[in-house]
Amino acid sequence: MSAPGERRALSPRVYGLIQNGLLVLMALISLVPLLAIFVGTFQNGNEIIRQGVTLDIDWGALTFDNYRMLFTDSGYYFRWFANTLGLTIVTVVGTLLVSSFVAYGFAMYEFKAKRLGFIGVLLLMTVPFEMLMLPLYVQVNKFGLADSYVMVVIPFLAAPVTIFFFRQYFLGIPKELLEAGRVDGVTEFGIFFRLVVPIIRPALAAMAILNGMLAWNNFLWPLLVLRSPQNFTLPIGLNTLLTPYGNNYELLIIGSFFSLIPILILFLAFQRFFVEGMTAGALKG
Amino acid sequence: MKQLLYSQRLAPYLFIAPFVITLVVFWMIPVGQSVVMSTQEVLYGETTPVGFRNYERLWQDRLFWQALFNSARYMVLTLAILIPIPMVLAALVCNSIGSPRIKNFFKASLFVPALTSVVVAGIVFRLMFAETGTGLMNQIISVIGLGPVRWLREDVPGLIALLALATWRYTGVNTMYFIAGIQSIPGELYEAASIDGASRRQQFFRITIPNLRPTLVYVTTISIYGGLAMFLESFMLYAGNGSPNNQGLTVIGYLYRRGIEENDLGFASAVGVVLLVVILAINLTQLTLSGTFRKEADR
Repeated sequence: MSAPGERRALSPRVYGLIQNGLLVLMALISLVPLLAIFVGTFQNGNEIIRQGVTLDIDWGALTFDNYRMLFTDSGYYFRWFANTLGLTIVTVVGTLLVSSFVAYGFAMYEFKAKRLGFIGVLLLMTVPFEMLMLPLYVQVNKFGLADSYVMVVIPFLAAPVTIFFFRQYFLGIPKELLEAGRVDGVTEFGIFFRLVVPIIRPALAAMAILNGMLAWNNFLWPLLVLRSPQNFTLPIGLNTLLTPYGNNYELLIIGSFFSLIPILILFLAFQRFFVEGMTAGALKG
Repeated sequence: MKQLLYSQRLAPYLFIAPFVITLVVFWMIPVGQSVVMSTQEVLYGETTPVGFRNYERLWQDRLFWQALFNSARYMVLTLAILIPIPMVLAALVCNSIGSPRIKNFFKASLFVPALTSVVVAGIVFRLMFAETGTGLMNQIISVIGLGPVRWLREDVPGLIALLALATWRYTGVNTMYFIAGIQSIPGELYEAASIDGASRRQQFFRITIPNLRPTLVYVTTISIYGGLAMFLESFMLYAGNGSPNNQGLTVIGYLYRRGIEENDLGFASAVGVVLLVVILAINLTQLTLSGTFRKEADR
């Protein structure tokens, strides 16, 4: 159906084909870097570093050697993997607990300085962590907290974006629920934990995914805090392998690839929560 | 104790206490210390007050201006790429043409790069933009008779590699923002426009864009401060904070170099304070102009 007077009106069918083609092409382009690193896991590391990712793949030379090396002789790699996993789990549980707790206060009560406090949340949402790294780093050194996992986790438990997201969600909960709880003699905190938390599962899932991904990939702050190789997380460990004098480029490549796998599996399983979580910062106009 | 647990007057303060503590301990005190340190010379733990000398040094520091120029240039170019393209892509995904399965595949594929850590992304892009003739990008441009380019050794090619990395990582997320925005536009607007005979292009410019204003404001703001505070993308692409002729040096990279690598804390703090002032000014302007403070804080 083309409107009269419209130039170059394509039939919807042709237009649809062009659009499908364009979207498929772009989807494939955005997967190229991942394919490249996947192919790299079967190649010689020094070769890759020397000639770069290339289309001239010597298919005959692909081997499983790197996989054998990964599972038998990869130094601290699985230690880093376990460290990252542990830190991610602790961070997610802690952040969900603390941030939903705070958001509940902002959403459900009237109190003095509420407005000011919430402006604080809004401002922090938009101040990049990079701004704080230097003074925090100085503190860590001064108080001898280097290498401490507690220091890696604590500053991010009351996470502004997560607080904001939960607050939006809580605002949709009828206040009668709280009143009903109070009539039944439940404490204010009992109302939160026993009545409210169970009905916000979808929000918890979205924020678990968001914070899990951020924690798994977190690089700059752990880089400044953690010092000894056995305490490294995956991103820091992999970064140490990227030196001009490296002798283990195989581990750099295959280790990078394996570090993506947990996130990719979670993404395939819970795609909806990923999208919801990662776009959570967008203020509802 | 019992009264405490039942008190509706006290409860909100206990609920928000963790945030207030975080705000004070990990944000306000560090920022305050940064401001104080920026007026000191800090050497081996010895501090000497020097007034505004660090800021004077900063003003005359050629490398600081270069870093600022690099950050600003990157910010402007990412704005020019990462807003119009995702907006058009979101409009395509949301229209009624084409296969829904292809659209879902497209959304998932574009989102995947956002899940990779900056470390892995940097490693792969470094290898794709290898300077040898066999590198992927050099192979691609050789099809149209160009190259080989020594990507990461020259200013503009290095910038192109950096922008390619940013485009790869953030197109998907920004597209999702715009999809969410478009889906909140009432369908009747488009129906009415179709009945009046408006073309798809007219609908995009007259209905979609004006109604996307809140999303646009948000994406613009995060892109501005994200661009100005960019550090890790460059850090990973150049495998460290040093790059040929400092072509990849950003403001945060300079802060990192002076503060953490060279331990010149006073000077580095001055760099941080200047950037913080710039970013806060942008945020306050945006949040005030868009009315977010009024709307969100009063709910």
